[in-house]
Formats: sequence, structure tokens, C-alpha cells
Amino acid sequence: MAGKSIYRKYDWPLILSYVALLVFGWLNVYSSIHTDTSSLLNMPEPYNNHPIWICTALFVASLILFIIPSRIYEGFSWLFYVGIAGLLLVTTFIGTDINGSKSWLTFGGFAIQPAEFSKITTSLALATLMSKYGFNIKYPRNWIRAFATIGLPMLLILLEKETGSMLVYLGFLLLFYREGMSGWLLLAGLFSILTFILCLVASPFVAMLVLLGCFILIYFFHYKMEMKGIIITIITIFALSFLPKILLMDFIVTINPFKPEVWVALITVAIVLFLLFRNYIQKKRDAFARNILVMYLAFTSFIFSVEFIFHNVLQDHQRSRIEVVLGIKDDPKGIGYNVHQSLIAIGSGGFSGKGYLQGTQTRLNFVPEQTTDFIFCTVGEEWGFLGALAILGIYFFMLCRIINRAEKNSDNFTRIYGYCVACCLLTHIVINISMTIGMMPVIGIPLPFISYGGSSLIAFTILLFIFIRLDFDQWKYLKQ
Amino acid sequence: MALFVSKKNILLISVTIAFLTIMVRLFNVQIIEDKYRINAENNALKYKINYPARGRILDRNGGILVDNKLIYDIEVVPVDVKPFDTLALCKLFQIDESFVKERFEQYSRNRSLRYNSVSFLKQVSSEMYNNFAEKSYLFHGFDAVVRTARSYPINSGGNLLGYISEVDQDFLDNNEGYSMGDFAGKTGMEMAFEDRLKGEKGYDIYLRDVNNRILEPYEDGMYDKEAVEGIDVVSTIDMNLQAYGQHLMENKVGSVVAIEPATGEILAMVSSPGIDVSQLAEINKYYSTLITDPYKPMFNRAVQSAQPPGSVFKIVNGLIGLQEGVLTPETKYPCHSGYSVGKIKVGCHSHTSPIDMYQSLMMSCNAYYCYVFRDIIDNPKYESVSDAFDAWREYVMSFGFGTKLGTDIPYELAGNVPSRATYDKLHGENRWKSLSIISLAIGQGELGCTPLHLANLCATVANRGYYITPHYVKYNADGVVDSAYTIKHYTKVDPKYFPDVVEGMRRAVHGGPGGTARSVEIPGIEMCAKTGTAQNPHGDDHSVFICFAPKDNPKIAIAAYVENGGFGATWAAPIASLMVEKYLKGEISPDRQYMEQNMIESNLLNKVRVSR
Repeated sequence: MAGKSIYRKYDWPLILSYVALLVFGWLNVYSSIHTDTSSLLNMPEPYNNHPIWICTALFVASLILFIIPSRIYEGFSWLFYVGIAGLLLVTTFIGTDINGSKSWLTFGGFAIQPAEFSKITTSLALATLMSKYGFNIKYPRNWIRAFATIGLPMLLILLEKETGSMLVYLGFLLLFYREGMSGWLLLAGLFSILTFILCLVASPFVAMLVLLGCFILIYFFHYKMEMKGIIITIITIFALSFLPKILLMDFIVTINPFKPEVWVALITVAIVLFLLFRNYIQKKRDAFARNILVMYLAFTSFIFSVEFIFHNVLQDHQRSRIEVVLGIKDDPKGIGYNVHQSLIAIGSGGFSGKGYLQGTQTRLNFVPEQTTDFIFCTVGEEWGFLGALAILGIYFFMLCRIINRAEKNSDNFTRIYGYCVACCLLTHIVINISMTIGMMPVIGIPLPFISYGGSSLIAFTILLFIFIRLDFDQWKYLKQ
Repeated sequence: MALFVSKKNILLISVTIAFLTIMVRLFNVQIIEDKYRINAENNALKYKINYPARGRILDRNGGILVDNKLIYDIEVVPVDVKPFDTLALCKLFQIDESFVKERFEQYSRNRSLRYNSVSFLKQVSSEMYNNFAEKSYLFHGFDAVVRTARSYPINSGGNLLGYISEVDQDFLDNNEGYSMGDFAGKTGMEMAFEDRLKGEKGYDIYLRDVNNRILEPYEDGMYDKEAVEGIDVVSTIDMNLQAYGQHLMENKVGSVVAIEPATGEILAMVSSPGIDVSQLAEINKYYSTLITDPYKPMFNRAVQSAQPPGSVFKIVNGLIGLQEGVLTPETKYPCHSGYSVGKIKVGCHSHTSPIDMYQSLMMSCNAYYCYVFRDIIDNPKYESVSDAFDAWREYVMSFGFGTKLGTDIPYELAGNVPSRATYDKLHGENRWKSLSIISLAIGQGELGCTPLHLANLCATVANRGYYITPHYVKYNADGVVDSAYTIKHYTKVDPKYFPDVVEGMRRAVHGGPGGTARSVEIPGIEMCAKTGTAQNPHGDDHSVFICFAPKDNPKIAIAAYVENGGFGATWAAPIASLMVEKYLKGEISPDRQYMEQNMIESNLLNKVRVSR
């Protein structure tokens, strides 16, 4: 080991991505609230403690990396779990009421959100539970325990009326899937929700494209043609996204009898029927291909029936509730307004953005919660499509890195914990960004490492760095 | 499941799909879609609210009672304000410098106000607005919003019309669709028909640059919403008759209600002293004066003041007597300046004796109705006095007394008809008899009814036996006469008895010597009337009068109630008869003009004891 420090074994790319996000977040929070007299270190009230939070986060990260022994995480996981659950319960009674939800505990000048920390303890508890010898999620005894472990904090958080934070726990279902739960059910459920929402929020056309992309990917991945699948998907989707524009061209619009989604459906259904027919003729016993093709037909017809279900089956009040939740209904004071303003902010950024500190939408208070839940608006407005892609890229890298490292790890506890971290981050990122670009109903949860807010920043830091430490320990011991 | 991809890879694919979806959407929002691709400088939207014109209120003949005029509100976006010449602004709007200072301190205290358009000065005249518009380039951040305010072409119906004022927090909490700074009807028709009158707000969305200059409509006005004007309300009021009634009642306390008997439409409803329309227009300025005025001008006496009806109630007792068979029109009773049994004495003025029912109504004999009333209550047909009383009460209530008539006028009072329980409590069960309650015979005692009830009684007699619920708005929201106002409410007295009463009332005017209303005979109009003098323990008697005309196919039925006016014939009768004449003939005949002059000029306010 001489000359080569043991510290090289830390997952530096992951740590660097973290630091990059942290700095980027700092810049953006500052940008959305800056005034003539402020500076990065001297931010206006009540954001003046943001630099302190960032330093605290870095300090906590180093503590976890270098000082705290990693054995305590598995050993004390249930203690932590029960402790935070207790704190959540206490919060429902004595919590400070902010915007209608009682999720803050105030000590002196500090306010913390136990719900943020509960993700860490739940992850540790799940990892302990599921890494036990003989645990198999297919047995009722076991899956009931696993679901109970995520169910308790969900219930307590629901009592605090923090519905958004509660939904994040559904992300753990992905972990359960990885650990043996059947996937078809998850997939079908997820797809119907996704297509339903996409149809209403975006358009049947967008839903059609997403569906098509998913099925092409699944199809090709099944036959071990990953690269080919990804390339074909990207090309198809990009080509098709210009379809509405083409159909609107002067010489086509007069003779075109169908909407774009109908064209896509007609073409793809023809192909699918051909493939099915070929399968049948060649007497191949390829159950997978048949299943996936039939499922595609089912979902295509589902897309076309959403409109009918929505307008003819649902009752008026149910419909309007869904519309308001999804932000479709013009509700200038409510959710619709937020999404509208958020979209204008992001959309006005264009390809390369307006430039740092040049955003008007976010800074002029047009966008609500512009430092916390809607921080992505500042990113989109000032850094444009490129900046947004960069952020997405870093997140994507982090997620893949965590999943890969977790998978390679020989220790079950570390692997499962790694998946927990990935699930938490994934749900936060996807829900938060989708919400700001009008693909999901407004659910108030922060964007990891970027949003302003001490509790979420520290909590995500701890969550991530425990994994980095666990991962490091493994490699350390291997070499020794 | 024949899936050969590892679960890890499936999860990675899911992540990829999620991120790709987001990317596609971002690509769409930021690069493809024009809707969001607005130039970096002009992307801020400004919502300009368009206030709809409030519906007008029309009279029965299409005349305009309440109209709209243009007025301007000055608004300001504090964060856009650049240093300006305060003195010039003050001069422009005729305000104090301290007012401007105060306003801006208020804006700086509340951070959330800074980026929004907030009210600076309300209801600026169009003259001031024009001056401001010329110089608006000097006052960065200030802007004017057009609104409509109420205007009143004729001083008619102040109390009835009601006023509108800016909504308060309490109102906002209980009513949807309003926001701070909106106006809503607070009293009278403005309140009762708010839903129809208010219309629907609209807005235009504009793009503005960083300097808050409005550049162009957003998306060519695709998301704009047009304001929808309020719907006109057509009232049944005759504005000239109403104005004339108000004029006659000036400086007197009381009310006059005129009804078209065949339809139940209220032609005029005067409550005096009332609110002048000039006060309605600027209610904020006059509110405290009005509310502290000892004569309570905000109080609509016509429906909110319940008093004993006095002698006009003899009509009701007469009708009940006829129906119950204890009286025929030819029945004669003696009267020697009153009716006395034992200690009890009901006085009467001097007239011929004995008299029949026609004469009793004509001369308003108290003794006659004491006999009639005792016969009704002591009718052997009933087991007890109490049972007979219950039957009497039912008759009375079938005329609408003691109940809310169900009109569209806000805050209508039910009045009071005493019940068996009232007297059981007063005298003890079965310890009272007809003599104990003899004052009911002449409309005194525990009776309470509003001038509207009296007008309704008059309309019932004019219709020979039924009434239609009085109302002051002609059509409902669908533009037709409400079905509730087409139902004939018959009393429990058979219509065949009414002509006899009508004859008695006719003689009060046209019956020669002894008729109580002889002095108000109108040349060329056959009128039926009944005077009343309601005793009042607090001061002079109240002067009461009901009449309808013409006798056949009556066009108007009036009740007038002048507080502390003494005999019915002295004040209430001339006022009511003048209104009848004005309504039917359009002008007052020369030999009655001295009466008109006298009525207008008299002042009875000093007779009224006011409580503070």
C-alpha cells in the first residue's frame, strides 16, 4: 500500500458530483433571491444561514467518511428507526404549523423536519431487515414486515399532512422489486398511472411516444441488444416529436384526417400485429414477445380510452378534482398558476439560458417557492436547456454509480442500503423536476442537494455519505 | 416470467426512461414550444382585470332608477416606482403629501405587496383621470383601472335600491368569486339581486418588459377572458309615483306602500325619512351620519316596523262577522259616544245612531265593532271562548297578518297576531272572555302589522277576496314572472262577502255627511277607503289610511302610515289620495293643489319622540 493512500479507495467521482450539485445549488438559491447589496456569503434574510448549512453538510459528510465507525449503522439501525419514528409522532403534536402542515420541530432558533431524516433511518432499517439470512420477500411473513417498515413512517408523515414527503416512500417499491418482488404488477400499475396522467397533463401524443419508447426498450433489452435498443428509441422518439409540427404544415393540414397520436398508433399497431402474425406463422413459442406485444396493444387502447373514461365515466366533481390536482384547470390562484408560472420561467430560458443572475421570472417572485420546491425553475431560466441537461446528467451519473457500486458489493446490507439511497434520490428528482415542468401534480418535495433548506440538505448528505462509507469499507477490507 | 435482463438493468432502464421523458419534455418546453419561448426581456405577464358594468335597475316602465358611470381607480406597483414629483401627483389628485407618504410606508411594510398592482387611490373622476393620463409618463409604476360606479338619474327609491360598497374580509370568507377591492350590494335590491347584477369579471393578459411597459397581448389574447356585464333588474316600482310619494312624505316619519292589486306588484314603497340617492352614491361619506341619525333613515319602515293597525282592522272583523253568520250588512247597533259594559268603555266620536254595517265602515264606529267582535268570540257554535278565538285568529292570519308575506324584500317582518297562549299567560287559562280582549275589535291591543300588511289587506279587498304576494322585482333570473307571484292566496272569508265591505269603504269617501274620508274625494275617481287612528302610548296617535281605486277593476291599493300624525283623515288620507290621483290621472286637480302644497310643506318631525 505504500505511496498509495487508502483514501483513493473512496468513491471520489460520487463525492465530486455531490460537491458540484451543492455548489450549483448554492449559486441558484442565491440567484433567485439576490438583491443589490447581497453577495454569495452575505445572503438576504431569511437565507443568510444558507452558507452555514452548506458548511455543516460538508462537516457531517467528513464525519461520516472518516470518523464514525460504519458498524453502528447496521447495529443501531432499529434504534435510529424507532427514535425518528418517535420524533415524527411528537412532531404531529407539538410541531410548528407552516403552510398547513405540522412537520417542523423548533428548538430555540433552529427548526428541523424529522420527516427528512426518517428516510435515512427507514433505509437503514430496511437494509438490516432484508439482508438477514433467509429473508425472501416472496414469503408473506417477510413482505409484510418490509411493507410495515416503510408503512409506519408513511403513516406518521401523513398525520403531519405532508402528503408529498409520504409519496417518496413509494420509491422503495423499486427496491422490493430488485429484491425479488414480481415486476409485472409494478410495471402494469406504473404504466397505467403514467399513461393516464400523461394523457391528461401533456397529450395523448406524448403518452403514445413514452409508451412506444418504453416498449421498444423492453423489447430490445430482452433480446440483449441494449445499445441497439437505446439508439432506436432515441431516434424514433426524436423523429416522432416533430410529427405534430409536420402535420401542421400548410400543405398537409388540409388533407390530414388524423391527429398525430392516431398516426403513431396506426403505424405501430400495424407493426405489432405483423410481428404477432409472424410469430404465429413461424410457430415460435416465444411467450415473452407475445406478452409484450399484446401488452402494447392493451396500453395503446388504454390511451385512447382515457379521454372517454375521463369525460364520460367519471363524475363532474371527480373530474374537476383530478383536473385541479393535475394543474389542468385554469385556477389562477391555485396550483394551475404555479405550474403556469414555472413553465414560463423554464421555457423562457431557451437553449442556453438568460445567464446567471439574469432571470426575471424567478427573482420577481412570479414563481412561488422559488428557492425550495421550484428551484429547478431558476436552473431552467438562467442556465437554459444545457444547464438543465447538466444537472440531469449529474443526477443520472450519481444514480447509475450508486446502483452499480451497490450491485458489485458483496455485502447484502450495503447493497440493499445502496438501492434505498438510489430509490430516495430517484423519486425526489423525478417528482420534483416533473412537477416544475408540468408533468406531475404539484407535490412539495425538495430537489436533493440543490433546494434551499437545512433539514433536507443535511439529511440527503447523511443518506448518501453513509453509502459511500459502507462502500469504501468493503474495498478497504478486500485489499487488506 | 421469461425475462432475461437482470433486475438491476431493468431498474437502470427505468431510470433512463424517466430521465429521457424529462429531457424530451424539457426539450419541448425550452426549445420546440413557442408558447414558453418568450424573449428573455419581455416574459413577464400582467393581468389587467376588466370590471364588468353592473346591471342597471329599471322601473316598471323601463325608466332608469340606477345606472352606471365610468370612474377610475389608480393602482401602483411599488417595486416599479421611480422617484417622482410628489407635489405634482398631489396636485393632480387633490390629495395631501402625507397621504402619499402613508401609502408608500404601507407598501414597504408588506413585502408581498411590492411586486403586485395595489390600490393607491379609489374612485377618481374621469376629469382627474384625463389629467393623469396626459402626465402618466412622469409617474412610473402608476396605472389606472376603469371601473363603473352607480349613478342615479332620479331621486326615487333610495332605501329600496340599497347601496353597494367595497367587500370586507368577512364577506370574502363567505362568498366565492370576489376579491379585495370588488364591490357588492349591501342592502335593498342591490343586495337581494346581487347575483344577477354583478356580472362576471374578465382579464386581459399582457406581456410587459423589465420596465413594466406593456408590450403586447399575451398569445394574441388567447387566454384573455371577457368581462360579462351584469343583468338588468326590472323592478315593479313606478319611479315617478315613488319620487312623488317621497316628496309628500318629506319631514314626516312613516311609510306608504302602493300595490297593483291584480298582480301584487309594488308600485311604490316609501319609508320616511329615507336615504337620498346622492347619499347612496357616496355611502362611505354618509354612512356614519346615516347610522347615527335619530330618525333611522336606513330602516325600511314599510316592512320593518310593526304597529297596531287601528280602525282599518274593522274591515277584517266585519268580514269575519259576515262569514261566521253573526252579522249581516243590515244588522244595526246603537252607539252613544262609545261602547260600555261595566268598567270597560270603548269611546267613539259622535255620529247618528243606530247604524248598519255600511255606515259603520263609513263613519268608523268603534261601538259597532265591539258588538261584532263579541258576537264572533262569544259565538255559541264554539265550545269555549278560546276555541272561538282560535277560529278568529285563523281568519286573521289568512289575510297575511302575523306572517312574513314571502316577498323579495330583505328583512321583512312577520308582525304579530296574538294567540290563545298570549292571553292564557296574561289572564290565566279560561279566565279571559271577549270583553278582556275587546281592543282587538278596533285594531288595537296586541296586534302588530307592517304597512306592507295593510297595503296587502287593501289589495285583498280590492281583489274581492284574494291577494298575490307583493313583490318589487318583476321577473326572476329566467326573465319571466316567478310562479310564486301568480298564485292567488284566498282568505278564509268567502269572496261573496267582500262587495258589502267595499260598499262601506266607498261610502267613507262618497257617502255624504259622516264619511271619514270625505275630505279626500278625488273628482272623477271612485275610490274606496278606510281611515284609522292607531293609539300610541308614547305620544300622538298614528295616522293610518288605506284606499284603493277605482272601485271596479282597481289599479292601485295604498296604505299610508304617518307616525304621530293624529287622525287618519288628517295626514295619511291626503297623502294616499294624492298618490292615487297622481298615479291614475298623472296630475293633481286644481282644487286639490292646496292640499298637495300643505302636505309637502308640513313638518311633523318635532312630534316624533326619538330614542337615542
